[in-house]
Amino acid sequence: MSDYNPNIPPKKRPFPFSMQLDPSKFEPASDEEKAQQDVMRESTTFFRDGMRKLFRNPLAVASMIVLIIILITIIIAPLIVPYSYSGMITVNGKRDKSAKNMPPFTYSKLEQQAIDEGQHVFPHIFGTDELCRDYFIRVIYGARVSLAVGFFASLIVLFIGLLYGSIAGYAGGKTDLIMMRIVDIIYSLPDTLMVILLSVVLDQLLGQSLQGTVLASIGPNMLSMFAVFGLLYWVGMARLVRGQILTIKNNEYVLAARAMGASRGRIIRKHILPNCMGVIIISTALQIPSAIFTESFLSFIGLGVQAPMPSLGSLANAARQAMQAYPYKMVFPAVGICLIVLSFNLLGDGLRDAFDPKLRK
Amino acid sequence: MDTTERKRKERQLIIVTVISLAIFAAGWFLLPILTEKILLGVVLLLIAGSLYCTNNTGRYVCKRILLALLTVFIIAAITFFAMNAIPGGPFSKEKAPSAAVQAVLEERFHLNEPVGRQFILYLEGLMQGNFGVSTKTGREISTTIFESFAISAKLGGYAALLALVLGVCLGSIAALNRAKAADRIIIFFTTLFVAVPSFIMATLLLLVFCLQLNWFPIFSTENQSYVLPVVALMLSPMSYITRLTKTSMLEVLGQDYIRTARAKGVSQWKVIFKHALRNALIPVITYVGPMTAYILTGSMVVESVFTTGGLGTKFVQGITNRDYPMIMGTTIFLATLMVTATLLSDLVYKLVDPRIDFD
Amino acid sequence: MSETPLLQVKNLHTSFFTDAGEVKAVNGISYNLDAGRVLGIVGESGSGKSVSAYSIMRILTDTGRVTEGEVLFKGENILNYTPQQMQKFRGSRISMIFQDPMTCLNPTFTIGSQLKEAIRIHTNRTKEEIEARAVEMLQLVGVNEPERRLRQYPHEHSGGMRQRVMIAMALACEPDILIADEPTTALDVTIQAQILELMQSLQKKMGMAIIMITHDLGVIADMCDEIIVMYGGKVCERGTADEIFYNPRHEYTKGLIRSIPRISEKHEKLVPIGGSPVDLLNLPKGCAFAARCDHAMKICLEQPPEEVEVNDCHIAACWNNVRRMMEEQKGGEEA
Repeated sequence: MSDYNPNIPPKKRPFPFSMQLDPSKFEPASDEEKAQQDVMRESTTFFRDGMRKLFRNPLAVASMIVLIIILITIIIAPLIVPYSYSGMITVNGKRDKSAKNMPPFTYSKLEQQAIDEGQHVFPHIFGTDELCRDYFIRVIYGARVSLAVGFFASLIVLFIGLLYGSIAGYAGGKTDLIMMRIVDIIYSLPDTLMVILLSVVLDQLLGQSLQGTVLASIGPNMLSMFAVFGLLYWVGMARLVRGQILTIKNNEYVLAARAMGASRGRIIRKHILPNCMGVIIISTALQIPSAIFTESFLSFIGLGVQAPMPSLGSLANAARQAMQAYPYKMVFPAVGICLIVLSFNLLGDGLRDAFDPKLRK
Repeated sequence: MDTTERKRKERQLIIVTVISLAIFAAGWFLLPILTEKILLGVVLLLIAGSLYCTNNTGRYVCKRILLALLTVFIIAAITFFAMNAIPGGPFSKEKAPSAAVQAVLEERFHLNEPVGRQFILYLEGLMQGNFGVSTKTGREISTTIFESFAISAKLGGYAALLALVLGVCLGSIAALNRAKAADRIIIFFTTLFVAVPSFIMATLLLLVFCLQLNWFPIFSTENQSYVLPVVALMLSPMSYITRLTKTSMLEVLGQDYIRTARAKGVSQWKVIFKHALRNALIPVITYVGPMTAYILTGSMVVESVFTTGGLGTKFVQGITNRDYPMIMGTTIFLATLMVTATLLSDLVYKLVDPRIDFD
Repeated sequence: MSETPLLQVKNLHTSFFTDAGEVKAVNGISYNLDAGRVLGIVGESGSGKSVSAYSIMRILTDTGRVTEGEVLFKGENILNYTPQQMQKFRGSRISMIFQDPMTCLNPTFTIGSQLKEAIRIHTNRTKEEIEARAVEMLQLVGVNEPERRLRQYPHEHSGGMRQRVMIAMALACEPDILIADEPTTALDVTIQAQILELMQSLQKKMGMAIIMITHDLGVIADMCDEIIVMYGGKVCERGTADEIFYNPRHEYTKGLIRSIPRISEKHEKLVPIGGSPVDLLNLPKGCAFAARCDHAMKICLEQPPEEVEVNDCHIAACWNNVRRMMEEQKGGEEA
């Protein structure tokens, strides 16, 4: 280093500031004054931060609103609309056979008579179908069935997948290896084909035995669908959960927690589960439209719910034959399916953007 | 061996394997000389290869092929035993045939033998390309399958190709024009189409363009209008690929090595098409397997809607008619296709990304 | 001072326009770099040192933009260059190497193809000449068996080796300036020393100017002719290495120097700088460092300090220097 001597005072320089500086400002600042400047960003939890992001996403918010509207409609509508989904329309207690395939908001001859006589006939918002049933209420019930199927199927997938995946992920070693090999094999089976196959089989096997039980209205096809979901569809979730657990298990903060003496249970509760939550929620949210999709698909092929119980898919299928004559019958369930699936997809995307730890900047 | 030498040999090995797979597939369909003994021999060879091959790639390839074969076997088993679990056997729908005819049928279909033996015989038949006979039409199922598959293959092939090409293009455009008009439009339409199931799309297209507007004729053997069915099939996978490509591109473009390339002075176009795209396409390749599955299952309904007479139509008819041999045959055929597609896409993926640890 | 400096950065402001608001990463820095000199830029994470370099190279991400200022290279404002001009410029006149060699090389291309690409874009040589030059560059940076390495992939090499390759890529076209953004932070200490030595010897051999960006004062001490200390996107202090280390005139610099643990002295407690880094979304209206400064005055909270010339080769932006001057003046007047 050079022979630098810092003790030589710097050369005197002319005062560089043209403006007048207030000497009192050169008093030391107190700690409170300094603290005012130190504006730290408020710390939030992962959950709160994610929810904030979610609500800022217009598409996600819109889809949530749509879903809530749909939910409210399907809960309230049967209370308001006086028709049932399985029975023919009756006028004055008599079955009205002339009310076949009516376009929306029209009345049949008998109903018109009744109105002229002063009775109040609730309008057929979507018209009627080929068996003289009010189409609106059928679509509503169809939506109920489709949503319920989606919901329960996702629950099955969530439950089995979460359990399996967490055991595999946390246990590690040989257990993990074997469990994952099984998952690999199941994963490579083409699910839709298996669903179809099982539906056909179970339809024959269970058809007779279900008569008279409460499950008869759902039909063997739906049961077979749930069975296949329970048998096949959980593998995706299991893989996801296991992957998350493995990543987290090997993260430094888990190591740190163990080094500090945290018990296993505490580690699972406080570290592993919260970090898995995001992925699990997203995956479940995206599983619902997938299940509804599968159900509609099966119904469309003719392997859906037992008539007269409607589902959006079976309604669409029934409408197919008469598409040229009555196109509206196709449109309503189709729009229903698209709306529900789209909303869930957008919601799932929004959740992923908000909660996925990999995407956080 | 030197690393680069090894890499080249691995590459050659993969190429050879892929070619042999293709030959094997072709052979299975065209030359009924394969017996179960040869198959057993091949399986044993593969097992040995997966355990003892010095090459990482070789081991991986053997393991994957074994898994694929195992899957097909399991599917065949499930299908067969499921169908036979149905009480009454495959002929329960027909009027009870006379005793003599019954005897002939039983001999033909080996109905007297134990189920296990029936299964083995069925498998043997499969390997020779004999799928049995339809209980509805009485025709050889294999003939039906191969006739109708010609149409379905074209349909699915066009759909897959269009989905891939358009999807990658649109996805790249969206990634490069992020948050601008092009991106928003593309994302809007793809979000819409991803959610619309192919059968709904098919019916809507049929309704609007065929029946109402009469822009396209209804599909018949003389007038094979593939446009609408292909569009119906490919919209959903294309949308998915678009979004996948966009996300992948954006992720790759944010990587450090892209920054290095820009700092080196590589032109913007080259950065995108040479450096970024290569890495960004890797996830798209892994999607090809599931996409094939989607197109195959989707084609079932789309073909029914457009009445094309392809394999899907036959499958749905088989289901409606409870024609069990038909259902079995088509299920196994379709499943084999799906498994093969997944296998091929996995192998190609390994070929493209040299980083991957073969496990 | 007679010739134009090689690089002149004048009042550079760069911001990132994010969902959360405008992140003001660089808030008015100015410095000059002469040919063949080594400039060190020191600061903690978030001080804006890397962003200022990206602004010069114009490789900011989508959301970043230079909002004010000029960057003059040999007298020309490169901020006004068209993309085509910029593309020819990067890698050949100014090159940059980055912090993490593990991720900076494209994993799907061989080292050779990436190195040769750097040469090929900016020169008009035949394939053989390019190959020869690539081998030459690898030898220059101390990579053994260069011909074999060219055909290998990045993931087959260690961090130190990859950083050498990066240096080779950056210097292949003999640039006038090499910007090194924390080149040794991600490497082991022993490899760090090797890479720094390599850079020094290359600098002597090839004569390019170097801008060395780091948060490690030790790295800077040996190599740099001039040092800039940055905090909150502004220059705190600028001077020769001697001045900065032996006569620091900004509280932040003093804090940095104080916090270096010294082996030779008695075992004392480490002296950190209290508080946390300034939030670039909500920059205070006064000095960015005031909240953490032991000698903060009222004026520090209200007005950003102006740069004061401590002497010929030393500038500091701290109101304490002004206070000292005022006291001297008062003392002079009273005397």
